[in-house]
Amino acid sequence: MAVMIEDTTAAAPAASRGRSARLPRMAPYLQALPLTLILGLFLLLPIIMIAVVSFWDYDFAMMYPDFMTLNYEETLGSWVTWKTYLNTLKYAVLVWAITLFTGFWVAYFLAFYVRTTGMQMVLFLVCTVPFLTSNIIRMISWIPVLGRNGLVNSMLIEGGFISAPIEWLLYSDFAVVLAMVHLYTLFIVVPIFNTLMRIDRSLIEAARDAGASDWQILWNVIIPLAKPGMAIGTIFVVTLVMADFSTVQVMSGGQSASVALMMKNQMSLMQYPAAAANAVVLLAVVLLMVAGILRVVDIRKEL
Amino acid sequence: MHERRTFGFYVLATFFALFVLFLYGPLSAIIILSFQGPNGGLTFPLNGVSLHWFGNLFETQAVGDFGGSFRRSLALAFMVMAITVVASLMAGLAFRRRFVGATPLFYLAVASLVVPSIIISLGIGVLFQQLGFRPAWYSSALGAHLTWTLPFGVLIMFAVFNRFSPSYEEAARDLGASSWQTFAHVVLPMIAPSLVGVALFGFTLSYDEFARTLMAAGTYNTLPLELYAMTTNVTTPVLYALGTITTLFSFIVIAAALGFIVYVNRRRARA
Repeated sequence: MAVMIEDTTAAAPAASRGRSARLPRMAPYLQALPLTLILGLFLLLPIIMIAVVSFWDYDFAMMYPDFMTLNYEETLGSWVTWKTYLNTLKYAVLVWAITLFTGFWVAYFLAFYVRTTGMQMVLFLVCTVPFLTSNIIRMISWIPVLGRNGLVNSMLIEGGFISAPIEWLLYSDFAVVLAMVHLYTLFIVVPIFNTLMRIDRSLIEAARDAGASDWQILWNVIIPLAKPGMAIGTIFVVTLVMADFSTVQVMSGGQSASVALMMKNQMSLMQYPAAAANAVVLLAVVLLMVAGILRVVDIRKEL
Repeated sequence: MHERRTFGFYVLATFFALFVLFLYGPLSAIIILSFQGPNGGLTFPLNGVSLHWFGNLFETQAVGDFGGSFRRSLALAFMVMAITVVASLMAGLAFRRRFVGATPLFYLAVASLVVPSIIISLGIGVLFQQLGFRPAWYSSALGAHLTWTLPFGVLIMFAVFNRFSPSYEEAARDLGASSWQTFAHVVLPMIAPSLVGVALFGFTLSYDEFARTLMAAGTYNTLPLELYAMTTNVTTPVLYALGTITTLFSFIVIAAALGFIVYVNRRRARA
């Protein structure tokens, strides 16, 4: 009897292990299914659709399945397109340079100069919270600050620095870049902070023991090790600026253009195939930029 | 590391303080100006102090359908949040093991962050049109939002499970727990704070999203779309009143989530 009981108890786990041995092999596929389905349906399929539609014909009301390259010829052959790309790239470079500079020093301060972990978390959250609020509100909040009768102008006039309000503060390239820096700096702070926190502190002590000054440590130890974080942040900022239409529209007061804004205008005129051709070109440019960044810095070990 | 507060510390601390001022300064301008008197304009000075513009919000003729768009955005944000948490958690579990297609799927999730938002909006809009579906906030816009929230969720779960020791699960299994029991009583409680973080991201990113919603919202606007429309045609402080209310709402949601995380960690520390 005892032997039999032992046998059955020994057999039961074995049987269930047999069942669950098939399950684990299937499990990752089932677990990855929702993500795969959602990204397949709402990312991959729409992009394929755009690529297809970019070859279609259209008039003021309808699209007609076709295979013509006219949309691309019109997009790439137009001087306006090239000027708009140049303008967008200008924003991307300016915003990237400013956010990288600002973001690095903010992250560096948080990671190396704040003594307690609690304070570090609080200050990090202080930087993160605006990112979780509305971009539109944060954008328009510059209007009462920069406007003709805004805070900056009235303070400068009252202080006697200028006699007439500065006109280029709002509805200008300056305003666009300022608002983008405001909106996107956080995307570069977080990845840099993340890499800085992972730097082994004994490396810095070793450098100090070897007689390195603060600047030498910063330049020869910390910055090289922070490069992957800078690269991830750069990818975020560059792709966000390349995709931006609302900041350019609102902050330039309609006087400036970006590629995405050009697309949006085509979309509001129902010129979907033209917008689609533009989208394919923009996507190619953005992916090339990302590939370029990844060639310079290998970020795979960061993940 | 820096025992003495050096000159560098004060320079960097000043820089940091200016950065925080830069982040919050303009926002406070909007909040102050939303209490503008009835005759006040879009800029300083304050022309009296009143709640006039907040009252104005609830008159439908002053702005669009504020109440309706708020309810839609709220419902959408909750849906996006729930799906983001579940799908990211499941994907995070999947990525702990090897499976065919893991690398392409991971790159697809990362690509979702990189692809310009307006392209996703256009693609989903055209796709729905061609399939003969009507775009709506609860279908096409839901999908569009998920392409933005899911990658963040997946990356967070990825980071969490990279630092998660499998020995806890082994211990549970050795004590006779089934794989479901191990998950529900060991893994889930341990990663709960991170899941709250994912939920917070899902909720707030959806609640404020508009570039992806642009072509995918269908007939009824979400709140950010309503706000975006208002930036071009509303010239009274009612715009700031709405901004103040939505920002306040975001702050409450963030505070609630963070409060919950702190509460869980405290209780755990005591246990």
